Amino acid sequence: MFYREAGDFKTSYVDDGQTFPIKFDRYRYYFVLFVAFAIVPLLVNDYWVNAIFLPFLIYSIAAIGLNILVGYCGQVSLGTGGFMAVGAYACYKFMTGMDIWIGGVQYALPPINIFFSVILAGFVTAFVGLLFGLPSLRIKGFYLAVATLAAQFFLVWLFNKWSWAYNYSASGQINAPEREIFGVAITGPSTEAWATYLFCLVFATLTALVARNLTRGSVGRKWMAIRDMDIAAEIIGVNPLRAKLSAFAVSSFYVGIAGALFFAVYLGAVEVGEAFGIQKSFIVLFMVIIGGLGSIFGSFAGAAFLVLLPVLLKLMLADQAQSISPVANVFGWLFLALFAISAIMFLVSAVRSRSIISTSALYWLGASIATFIIYALTIGGMGWPTDIVAHLQFVIVGALIIIFLVAEPHGLAQLWRVSKEKLRLWPFPH
Amino acid sequence: MNDMSTEGYVTEDGRKIGGVLMEMKDISLRFGGVKAITDISFNIREGEIRAIIGPNGAGKSSMLNVISGFYIPQEGEVWYKGARRPQMKPYEVAQQGIARTFQNIALFEGMSVLDNVMTGRLNHMKTGLLAQSIWKGKAEAEEVANREKVEKVIDFLEIQHIRKTPVSRLPYGLKKRVELARALAVEPSLLLLDEPMAGMNVEEKEDMSRFILDVNDEFGTTIALIEHDMGVVMDLSDRVVVMDYGKKIGDGTPDEVRGNQAVIDAYLGVSHD
Repeated sequence: MFYREAGDFKTSYVDDGQTFPIKFDRYRYYFVLFVAFAIVPLLVNDYWVNAIFLPFLIYSIAAIGLNILVGYCGQVSLGTGGFMAVGAYACYKFMTGMDIWIGGVQYALPPINIFFSVILAGFVTAFVGLLFGLPSLRIKGFYLAVATLAAQFFLVWLFNKWSWAYNYSASGQINAPEREIFGVAITGPSTEAWATYLFCLVFATLTALVARNLTRGSVGRKWMAIRDMDIAAEIIGVNPLRAKLSAFAVSSFYVGIAGALFFAVYLGAVEVGEAFGIQKSFIVLFMVIIGGLGSIFGSFAGAAFLVLLPVLLKLMLADQAQSISPVANVFGWLFLALFAISAIMFLVSAVRSRSIISTSALYWLGASIATFIIYALTIGGMGWPTDIVAHLQFVIVGALIIIFLVAEPHGLAQLWRVSKEKLRLWPFPH
Repeated sequence: MNDMSTEGYVTEDGRKIGGVLMEMKDISLRFGGVKAITDISFNIREGEIRAIIGPNGAGKSSMLNVISGFYIPQEGEVWYKGARRPQMKPYEVAQQGIARTFQNIALFEGMSVLDNVMTGRLNHMKTGLLAQSIWKGKAEAEEVANREKVEKVIDFLEIQHIRKTPVSRLPYGLKKRVELARALAVEPSLLLLDEPMAGMNVEEKEDMSRFILDVNDEFGTTIALIEHDMGVVMDLSDRVVVMDYGKKIGDGTPDEVRGNQAVIDAYLGVSHD
C-alpha cells in the first residue's frame, strides 16, 4: 500500500547492491537527510537538543558500534561504558593538548581541533578495544562477556587513578573547554543548540554510512560468517583472528567517538564512574537488542526508543497537566488503563505466539499506540511522583528485553520490516 | 593403469588426467589410543574425480579433515602441488585453493544465499578496511567483479530463484546445492565433497551427480569425494580408494576395486567357517 517495487528494475549489479534498492525507500532516505540537515537546525531549541537529539545521535553511534560487534560478528561485549570513557578521556587530552615523551624527550602537543580530536579519540579507543578483544580468540559467549566486563571495571578504575588522564585536576573530573569550528562554539558553556546538533549529526551520518559500507562488503561477510558458524568460516578462508579483532577495533572506534561526543558536546563535564559506569554498557546493549541485532537501522531505532521512553513517561505520568479537572482526571485514568490493558495484551500475545509479528500481537500493539496518543494529546500528565515513574521505566524496559529476546531477536528493525511487508498487501492480503 | 606414472592417463571417456596434484604419504592419525588412520598413502591427480569409500568408521571423514587441515596427522606428509605442505591452519589451507563441503551442512544460516556464495570469494577480495568504508571506487568495483563470478556459479547450479532467500528457509536438498555453490565460488584447484548425496532421494542424487560431473567437465576441477552410495561412486569416479578400519584395502579404477577380494570382504563380511 505504502510503496511499490513493481517496475523498479535493476540492470546492473551496482544497482542491485545499493543500500536502498527500492526507489521509494531511497527518496524517503534523502528526505529524512534533508529534514535532519536543513530543517531541524532551524527549529530546535536547547530543550529539544539536550533532552532528545544529542543523546539520540550519540547513543546511535555507540549502538551501531556495539551492533557491529554483537550483531554482526557475534561477540558479546559488556565493556561499552569503559570504551566510551577511553574515547572521552582521549578526546579531552587531544583537545587540551598534552605532553608526550618520545625517546626520553618531552614534546608538548598543541591542542587539536575538536573535530579531529573526536576522530583521533576513536582511533585510540579502537586500539584499546583491539587489546581487550584478544581473549575472544580463546573464549566465547558468556565467558567473553565476563572478560569484557573486566575491561569495563578496569578502565573506569584507571581513569579514576591516572591523574595524567584528567590533567591533574583536583576534582578528578574532566571539563571540556570552549572549542570552535569555523568560529562557531561546539563545546563549552556558550554553545548554541543548532551547532552542537549539527556537529553530532555529521558524525552520526558519516559513521552510519561507513558502517553500512563495511557490513555489505567482504569485511561484513567475514564478520557474519564468524557469527553464524566459525568452523565453516575458517574452511572458506576467513582468518578468525583478523576477523574478530577487526570487529573489535571498528566497534571500539565507533564507541570511542560516541564517548568523545558524549563528554565534549553533550555533558561538558564528566566524572568517569558516574558517566561511563556499567549502566552505560547495559543501556547500549539494550538498545542493540531492542533495536535489532545485525541492523544499522535497528541501532537508530533502539537508541531512539530508549532515549524517548523516559521523556515520554515523564510527559505522560510525572508532569502536571495544564488543567486537572475531575473530568480530565477520570479520562486520564481511563485511557491509561486502556493503554495498560492493550500493552499487556500485546506482551501476552507476543509471548504466546512466540512472535511479535503475529496478527493479534500487531493489533494490540496498534491499540496501545492509539490509546497512548489519544491520552497524550488530550490529557497530558498525571502528576505522579517522579521516582515511581522512574521505576516504571525499569519495568517496561525489562519486560521489553524479555519479549524481544524470546519472540523477536531482530528487534524493532524486524518489526518495521514485517510491517512494511504487511502494509504492502494491505488491505487485500489474499 | 600404472599408478606410479607422473604424466597422467586418459580416461575411458577421453578426459585427460594430469600429474599428481596432492599426495598423501604414510598418513597416520590417532586420537589418544584410537587409531583413526594407519599408514595411508594415495594421490589425487589433476582433473580427476577421486572417491574415498569404506564402511562406517573407516576413517574417510578423518582423511578429508587431514587434507583440509582440521586434523594434524601424527605421522606422514601431505604434498600439494609438488611441495611438502607445512603444518597449516584450516584457513591457510583454504587460501591455497582447497574448498570443501560438509557432511552435515555448514552454511551461514543468518545470511542470504547470495551472501553465502559470496563468502566463497573472500579469498579473492583484497581491498582494505579504508577502501571498504568509502565503498565507491575500489571496493564497489571489486564487489561487482566478484558478484559476476558468483552469478555464473549460481546460474550453473540453477539456484537463481533463491538468490535473495535466507538460507535458513531452504529445504535440505537446496542447502546442499548452495554449499556446493559456495565451494565452487572459491574456484578451487581441489574440491572436497563430504557425502554430497547423504539424505537425498534418487532424483536429487541424480541432479547432484550431474552437477559434480559438469563441474569436473567444464571447469576441470579436481574433486575428491566421500560417498556411501556405491552406484553413484562407481559411476562418477575415475579412481577409488577403499578404506576399512583406518587402513587402505584397495585403490584403483572402479572396476579394479569391484573385483578386489579385500573390498568385497569388507563390505559383505567374511564367512567364518
